[in-house]
Amino acid sequence: MKPQKTYTLTFILLLLLVILLFFVNVSLGSVSIPFSDIVNSFFTDASAYTNKEYIIQNYRLPKAITAILVGSGLGISGLLMQTLFRNPLAGPFVLGITSGASLGVALVIMGSSVIGGVFTALLISKWSLVIAASLGSFVVLLTVLIVSSKVRDTMAILIIGLMFGSITSAVVSVLSYFSSAEELQQYIFWGFGSLGDLQWEELGVFASIYAVGLVFSIASIKALNTLLLGENYAKSLGLDLKKSRLIIIIATSLLAGTITAFAGPIAFIGLAIPHITRLVFNTANHKILIPAVFLSGAIIMLICDSIAQLPNTDYTLPINAITSLIGAPVVIWLLVRKRKMVF
Amino acid sequence: MNSNSHNIILKTKALSIGYRSKKTEICIASGINLTLKKGELIGLVGGNGIGKSTLLRTLTNVQPALNGNVFLNDKPLQDYDNLALAKVLSIVLTEPITSKNMSIFELIALGRQPYTNWVGTLTEADTNAVNSAISHTNLDALKHKKCYELSDGQLQKVMIARALAQDTDLIILDEPTTHLDMYHKAYILKWLKKLVEHTGKTILFSSHEIDLAIQLCDRLIVMKTDSIVCDEPCNLITQGVFNNLFPDDLIVFDETTGSFRVRK
Repeated sequence: MKPQKTYTLTFILLLLLVILLFFVNVSLGSVSIPFSDIVNSFFTDASAYTNKEYIIQNYRLPKAITAILVGSGLGISGLLMQTLFRNPLAGPFVLGITSGASLGVALVIMGSSVIGGVFTALLISKWSLVIAASLGSFVVLLTVLIVSSKVRDTMAILIIGLMFGSITSAVVSVLSYFSSAEELQQYIFWGFGSLGDLQWEELGVFASIYAVGLVFSIASIKALNTLLLGENYAKSLGLDLKKSRLIIIIATSLLAGTITAFAGPIAFIGLAIPHITRLVFNTANHKILIPAVFLSGAIIMLICDSIAQLPNTDYTLPINAITSLIGAPVVIWLLVRKRKMVF
Repeated sequence: MNSNSHNIILKTKALSIGYRSKKTEICIASGINLTLKKGELIGLVGGNGIGKSTLLRTLTNVQPALNGNVFLNDKPLQDYDNLALAKVLSIVLTEPITSKNMSIFELIALGRQPYTNWVGTLTEADTNAVNSAISHTNLDALKHKKCYELSDGQLQKVMIARALAQDTDLIILDEPTTHLDMYHKAYILKWLKKLVEHTGKTILFSSHEIDLAIQLCDRLIVMKTDSIVCDEPCNLITQGVFNNLFPDDLIVFDETTGSFRVRK
């Protein structure tokens, strides 16, 4: 008998599904584009693009790639947080990353009316929101980390992260109270999340930071597996607890932080994907879970995005609503079917 | 004394244990001089709150000693880094493990972590060590079951097998018999005794099962408020160590049977 089940076949199937959904996602939209045109667009010179090829190369391909990065990145950072905090309710944002990003964006959009013309010089372009979100999450995360370095208990870090989240959302509420309707609307639109706003050069920056986060995640596989026994056992097995904890937190910050900066606060995926993957694969081994979460995250995000763009219409639904509408029933169905939570 | 120093695995010198915060120092016990020899089963007994867990936590480097020294294989405990310590000392704790969604094999294989590469791949030597730990503990039939399918007694055996797979000279167990019924308490302790005989490892455990410990252990460490003694069980009985271990208004120690009786 083999000591461990092999998952090769499942992985191949999931990978094929990712590729298929990738093409479906590129093909669907306000105008449907046949697969053959998608393939052709790669072999056409940029100057000779037809309309459809232009849409594919400059709009739909970046969006589909963003969907894969967002889904997989949020899934992995959620998995990291759930294992580190031994808490099935933890997600990528428990360390205050979203709340920090929201604060940064809220200051840029709504701050001008409160503080005065400081920010009016800054045009509210894509980059200024990205920078504001990154700075915001960086500052909040740094504060959480500095405060957490004073405590030995990992659970305390979780609570400290949540507390900072409350503080920042309170500041956002105060800002909203004094803002105009247009500013509020713009802030709310940012909160819906969006996968489609990225140009190739933005995507390049996004993907590079994402890749570093992914490398840190893969480097903590062994530590994560050891942490399944609890911190005291992990220490007795030779794990450098402080170092591993820091690497896991850095990985999460890079992944979730950059995703929030470029795509907005995408809810739910980071919490749900690890649970869906654990229920399907029925394992706690991170050597299996990390690639599995990567693939499931990409799949679910591609499906959600394909639905959100409402094929053959000119409307696009907020991606944040779709992730929960699709994801929540899947988690409920899996839990009811298996009758047991595995963690 | 000097002739058998190579036979000593753990030694404490004028050790004080307790908790230290910024301003105060709470000393639980001091002047502890213990010597654990290789290939012995040693029990640690004493009443609730006497400091058994604190002593074990200090011996396993979970918390620092207030004063004095612990020597593990003649090297001071604080000179070990986590990884070096993990190759000499393994532990079994009372706290439950975080995730039970692992097969028995996977859990026991985690005991090989100090030896595996950066991603935790098991080499053939690792797999052999895991399988030998499994067969030592008669867990072959269960090895592909998940941990959440096990009873408390089985899970305790799995945790001990994990410590065995870690391949250390010394294994320290904190109350391995809690939550077990009378039969399984005796079963686990008897089986620890067998492990010591078969593997030559040293096993130190704390327990409230004084009667069983008296019958099975090579030596006993008895913790009392005023003193800590370590000797063979029959010597301890003749010295009358157990007679005043507890307040004598409820239970008394019967030297002839080596067990406690309820005062009628």
